[in-house]
Amino acid sequence: MVSVGAAVKEPGSTRKNKTGSWRTFKPILDKEKCIECENCIMFCPEGCINNDYDIDYDYCKGCGICEEECPVKAIKMERE
Amino acid sequence: MEISDKEFFAPGHRACAGCGATIGVRLALKVLGENTVAISATGCLEVISTPYPETAWEIPWMHVAFENAAAVASGVEAALKSQGKTDTTVVVFGGDGGTADIGLQALSGAMERGHNLIYICYDNEAYMNTGIQRSGATPYGASTTTSPHGKESFGEDKPKKNMPMIMAAHGVPYVATASISYPEDFMKKVKKAAEVEGPAYIHLQQPCTTGWGYNPAKTIELGRLAVETGSWILYEIEEGEFKVTYRPIQRRAVNEYLNAQKRFKHLTDLEKERIQSHVDAICIELKI
Repeated sequence: MVSVGAAVKEPGSTRKNKTGSWRTFKPILDKEKCIECENCIMFCPEGCINNDYDIDYDYCKGCGICEEECPVKAIKMERE
Repeated sequence: MEISDKEFFAPGHRACAGCGATIGVRLALKVLGENTVAISATGCLEVISTPYPETAWEIPWMHVAFENAAAVASGVEAALKSQGKTDTTVVVFGGDGGTADIGLQALSGAMERGHNLIYICYDNEAYMNTGIQRSGATPYGASTTTSPHGKESFGEDKPKKNMPMIMAAHGVPYVATASISYPEDFMKKVKKAAEVEGPAYIHLQQPCTTGWGYNPAKTIELGRLAVETGSWILYEIEEGEFKVTYRPIQRRAVNEYLNAQKRFKHLTDLEKERIQSHVDAICIELKI
């Protein structure tokens, strides 16, 4: 088939681009305080907090939504 | 509600830190799951998710032009139907410019023809991708680069185009408004939209840190303020029946929402009062 335009055949390939380098402030989660409410997982624009509440710093841009939305203040933004 | 643990929108995309659009897409795809084809209109989402030769999408995705996302989706739906693949969901993500302005004709056609698809308009209330130009969905009073505030111009002087009601006028089986700050409400609506036979339209409000002018950490808070002040109302229209799906316990002053954003900073007290009384009139009618 003749393809007009462009096709990308590798799904999710933006993973090659580590957006963690954009970050100025880094979210640090205190798992002792965490009540596992899933707010940070739901509201992360990168989807880089997994179901075990591990933050993937390769991609976290440091927006701070997770700190803002944490109901028990278990996340603190720290300057890198 | 059954939602997928898997992410169908990969990180590494080029969205601004604190982007609301990507939150909306992530949540929608978690409900729709793997067996989904997505179509995008030109816009922020298209640009940030597919910097060639990369893509953030983990499901089949297609972009053609600004104006024809709904027409492309119609074709995809018809092709899947002729192959007997009726369990595949077709979803469109169009921005407010690609929906309320440029893509309106194609969208109207798709709705009127009755294609079985979901159209989600992620509404950040201006053309954010090209530099914050006003769109039909820009609200009254907002300063944008083509409706600036200053001596000669007040900011946007027209009210926001009522897109969900235009869609409802097509008589489609499901129309809803939603906000990324109320994920359960939004995801429930996406699920309903997927289950309904025929076209469904969801108008998703999504704060934009760059265009609205606020700290990126406040994206969810801004969306919440819009709803809690009655500036954005969450409702659904199912088979012609209108229902408000969320009522704030105590409606907050619109000022709280306006003052949190740079685009409304130039408004005088009188203008803010005018916006408040406009919001009051709608909320009183809907008993909010």
